[in-house]
Amino acid sequence: MEPFRRIAGTSAPMPIDNVDTDAIIPSKETQSTARTGYGEKLFANWRYLPGTRAPNPDFVLNNPRYAGAQLLVAGRNFGCGSSREAAVWALSQFGVRAVIAESYGAIFRNNCIRNGVLPAVLPIAAVEQVLAELADGAIAPQMAVDLETCTIVSPSGAVFGFQIGSLEREMLMQGADEIELTLMKRPLIEAFRARDQALRPWVYASQEATHAQDH
Amino acid sequence: MTAPRTLVEKIWAAHAVAELGDATDLLHIDRIFLHERSGGRMLQGLAEAGRKVFDPAMVLGTLDHIIDTNPGRTDATKFPGGAEFIAAFRDGARAAGIRVFDLDDPAQGIAHVIAPELGSAQPGLTMVCGDSHTCTLGGMGALAWGIGVTQGEHALATQCLPAGRPKQMRVRFDGALADGVTAKDMVLHLIRTHGARGGDGCALEYAGSAVEAMSCAGRMTLCNMAVEFGAWTGIVAPDETTIAYLAGRPYAPQRADWDAAVAWWRTLRSDGDARFDREIVINAAGLSPSVTWGTSSEQTVGVDEPVPAPGGFADAVARASAEKALAYTGAEPGRPLAGLSIDAAFIGSCANSRIEDLRDAARVLAGRKVAAGVTAICVPGSTPVKRQAEAEGLDRIFKAAGFQWREAGCSLCFYNGGDSFGSARRVISSTNRNFENRQGPGVRTHLASPLTVAASAVAGAIADPRALLRR
Ligand code: SF4
Repeated sequence: MEPFRRIAGTSAPMPIDNVDTDAIIPSKETQSTARTGYGEKLFANWRYLPGTRAPNPDFVLNNPRYAGAQLLVAGRNFGCGSSREAAVWALSQFGVRAVIAESYGAIFRNNCIRNGVLPAVLPIAAVEQVLAELADGAIAPQMAVDLETCTIVSPSGAVFGFQIGSLEREMLMQGADEIELTLMKRPLIEAFRARDQALRPWVYASQEATHAQDH
Repeated sequence: MTAPRTLVEKIWAAHAVAELGDATDLLHIDRIFLHERSGGRMLQGLAEAGRKVFDPAMVLGTLDHIIDTNPGRTDATKFPGGAEFIAAFRDGARAAGIRVFDLDDPAQGIAHVIAPELGSAQPGLTMVCGDSHTCTLGGMGALAWGIGVTQGEHALATQCLPAGRPKQMRVRFDGALADGVTAKDMVLHLIRTHGARGGDGCALEYAGSAVEAMSCAGRMTLCNMAVEFGAWTGIVAPDETTIAYLAGRPYAPQRADWDAAVAWWRTLRSDGDARFDREIVINAAGLSPSVTWGTSSEQTVGVDEPVPAPGGFADAVARASAEKALAYTGAEPGRPLAGLSIDAAFIGSCANSRIEDLRDAARVLAGRKVAAGVTAICVPGSTPVKRQAEAEGLDRIFKAAGFQWREAGCSLCFYNGGDSFGSARRVISSTNRNFENRQGPGVRTHLASPLTVAASAVAGAIADPRALLRR
């Protein structure tokens, strides 16, 4: 996973609430068991004219002003809905490395952290200010997000601090493999299971055998 | 003396393997459910990394998401590439020694419907699945949540997951529901009143006399939509209803274990003075049937109330969202949804496809016919539900009314490029998501209870089921 420190670049505004993962990556666009090839499928239902691959000129990411966006700014509850991790793969393979929103769907947020995409949170008033600046033709839609200092710089140069848990920040900055970190705790896991089995033996009873006995 | 704790805090403490700092614990995961849509990918990822499934006996699999649900189905899917998913899943599961409830298995069905039916979803267990509606299992008193593919690999490889200690929320529904008003209407009302982010990432315990009086099925409907409320998960404290439901189920604790398990389950309730970060109280007796008008579950009204005007929303983003939703669904501000004509009616999904839901719908459909021009489809949540319904004669009621009677699966709950409602554009649906294009390109979904779906199918327009129940 690519470590995340600081991203500076074009930012695209999506001034709506509840952008769901079905919108980010429609289910019908995930017809392969691979983890690659999703960049072109990002927001497919909004980005292309119905039933075609012709760009919808009204969609923000097709607007030349926001071409090559690495940052995305949205309202509340971004990434709500389905657990499909392809939503994050589509964003990152398109080139989006950070999202800024008032809040996120919990599973999407977890998936972001594990794929090197930063889900930054700002209060709705700050989000509205940034969205207004991004829509303002007089200012270039350039922004920066810095995970070392936990700050966001808006197109006009306003600086906003954001909060993120220290473990998640570390994981993003290191590009760490969380599974490996947990596997290193195997002795603790085994010890827990030995203790737990004495307390809750039914949780560890062989399910298949139990099943077979009853038939 | 230990400090008073909530139900979730008690289950949490029983699963904490290690403290990771930053209010995060490594939790033991008692049960992992896999399905063919993401399960194959998880097992593939694991194999590619040279990792093994930690404890295959704690993992179960089912086929639900992309399989065909038409009668006489085979492995062939309408979803292009579906066969590849199914094969990858079967191969991966076989190699890892994971039990799969395959197409021909009498226990097959939607993961969140069969986990309780098997007795695998139990009070106090931690359970995960690569599906956002895993929270459904909270209705059995399990601490259950949805995860992505990477975390799925994590759970399979380590039988653990790191999890941040959630804020604690309690939603009390007090009072008795009126006839014609169901768990679905309760949870849609909750989301409408507090927003699709109202759950704020919390662990949400549903309580109150209306929840205590409810079947496990209703509790699972409430918990199913905890994720649509923006909660991390939902849960209901186990009680005698839960224990009676589980007794004799094949994967429930057996013999001596059963008594020990029941003794523990009876301790799983929030202490009287437990602290909740947030508490919501709703008068269940005052609720009416709910229907969504937009593309988020928060965009809900009572069936006889007018659709709100976007001008009434607090800020620019909320207004723009309402306008976008209205443009998509074509619902008219100021007018009630009742009377809006529909093209299709769907009963199914992990929100409302259990036997109780089918009985509800059959109550309305008995002796009646689906309106001309309406495509009506019923997809039982599991093969056992289907068999039970057939034993009760419900299938005959559905078919006589003009409903298609399908095999179990997720089916038209979501559109994956295959099965669709054809040219039908406005659908009343017992599912849980009304997102743009969720049920097909341009399909406008109105979420409602099975009763409301059945009443609307008969009327050919969105309809209040209470009128048909009063005779
Ligand atoms: S029925 Fe629908 S919501 Fe439930 S698991 Fe299947 S696709 Fe997801």
